[in-house]
Amino acid sequence: MKHINRRTRTLMEDAAGYAFISPWLLGFVAFSIIPILFSLYYSFTDYDILGDPVFNGLENFRRMAGDQLFWQSLKVTFFYAFVSVPLRLIFAFFVAMLFNRGTRAIRFYQAVYYVPSLVGGSIAVAVMWRRLFMADGALNAALAKIGIISNYSWIGNPDTAIWTLIILAVWQFGSSMLIFLAGLRQIPKELYEAASIDGAGSFRKFLNITVPQITPVLFFNLVMQLINGFTVFTQAFVVSGGSGDPLNSTLVYALYLYQRAFKFYNMGYSSAMAWVLVLIIGVMTGIVFKTSSSWVFYEAKEGK
Amino acid sequence: MTNYRLKHILGQTVFHIVVILLGFIMLYPILWMVSNSFKENADIFNTSSLIPETFRFDNYGRGWRFNNSVTFSTFFYNSFYYTIISTIGSVMASSLVAYGFARVPFRGRSFWYGCMFMTMMIPYQVVMVPQFIIFHKLGWINSFKPLIIPQFAGLPFFIFLMVQFIRQIPYELDDSAKIDGCNRFMIYSRILFPLIKPAVITSTIFSFYWRWDDFLGPLLFLNKPRLFTVSLALRMFSDPMTSTDWSAIFAMGTLTLLPVLVIFLIFQKYIVQGLVTTGLKG
Repeated sequence: MKHINRRTRTLMEDAAGYAFISPWLLGFVAFSIIPILFSLYYSFTDYDILGDPVFNGLENFRRMAGDQLFWQSLKVTFFYAFVSVPLRLIFAFFVAMLFNRGTRAIRFYQAVYYVPSLVGGSIAVAVMWRRLFMADGALNAALAKIGIISNYSWIGNPDTAIWTLIILAVWQFGSSMLIFLAGLRQIPKELYEAASIDGAGSFRKFLNITVPQITPVLFFNLVMQLINGFTVFTQAFVVSGGSGDPLNSTLVYALYLYQRAFKFYNMGYSSAMAWVLVLIIGVMTGIVFKTSSSWVFYEAKEGK
Repeated sequence: MTNYRLKHILGQTVFHIVVILLGFIMLYPILWMVSNSFKENADIFNTSSLIPETFRFDNYGRGWRFNNSVTFSTFFYNSFYYTIISTIGSVMASSLVAYGFARVPFRGRSFWYGCMFMTMMIPYQVVMVPQFIIFHKLGWINSFKPLIIPQFAGLPFFIFLMVQFIRQIPYELDDSAKIDGCNRFMIYSRILFPLIKPAVITSTIFSFYWRWDDFLGPLLFLNKPRLFTVSLALRMFSDPMTSTDWSAIFAMGTLTLLPVLVIFLIFQKYIVQGLVTTGLKG
């Protein structure tokens, strides 16, 4: 009797549990699992959306190896991610250090510094950004004010165009700053006091207490932002006018993938590209995770 | 003693000057855009002063009328429609799912929770093409269905945030409600949902931001100007081939930023809290 009771109870729990998670579960199957399987299949086909997908084995990947633009987009994306993510994190960290004090105005400053992160993803800002760095834009106007007459189009020159995107990314350091600031505030004061008694200077304290204590926060930020960096699309699309110009210098990976899919209708090829992206992101996060044990500091005691 | 105080005051002053200067540089691009939305087109690049000589409000009228066949009334309506319906859907669904993951001990729970985290790691580019093809075959292109319906499955970030929140609430509350004759759904809707209000508000704000700014989704699924959101409209407006009316573009750009900034001013606390709990990008 008791046995049956327990059994019906677990069955009821199961039913209740699946009922509650059903919205997500249905969405997971319909909008993730099924598309993922299709994508995997398409990546081994030639598919122009009008006809049926034609299986062509590894042809897409072989073609990729010889595709100049594919390599160009990889180069641009790696450069973008590896420059913008560390710069943004370093900037965020130092501003957080600067703000980690008890002045009342900090709350206001924090809000001001967060505003670019708030609006940075919008098209309004991307459109404005493009205008900012044109030959007759605000940057050259500002330079003229301090005596540097420049007629240089930062956006139109292949050497500098990607930097406008990098600056746009670094400019939005506010959210990382807030996360670092919360991390800094959680470091126990006793650690610093003890170090002071031992005669440590502020630099030693920074190096031996602040940095190790903040590494778990840094770690999480690094992983998330690398993924974001490798999949950047909207800013590159708008700032470059959808083309990745000049001379493909802003042709980030996601932009090239989009062009392949929705400009040339190479659905198979772009699916294959998506899986290469998964591989790259997987390897990158794998490396961060693998090396994390040597540089991320975890307290011996688990929990909050 | 006085020496120390002097040093302190000096340090404070330097700190404030540096922070204000840097803050001004950070805000400069936005101020530049707002200022230019009031200037005459010819003045945008001639005068670098942030304060316009005369305020030209007709830029706003010109921008709003767009190309006269479709106006920004339509675009704002579309954006609000998409944003509000999606936000209601994703927040409600997320709270329901979060309750299931946090409180119901069903079999396979940790497996599915793990799957949810996996989906956060997979770039949208993987599902983009098949989703487009599926929605194309369903005849959903040029409607808001492909944008709104997936939101009703809940968002992993929000589910995670709410699970964290529910786990902090003592079980005794559930138990006493059960004794009072509440079933699970009543416990969720009457006891827990009100208690996780901060997480719900945070999710609502972020959902609003993300949907409002969403560009790739509308770009893929909406091709008729009548259906454009403000993001798509602004992008079309600033098309390098045709447009020169930068004052009007900046005027509309400024307007699209307004809802975002207003919400920030009202709900600042929740935004910071949400960022810190989940570490997600703003």
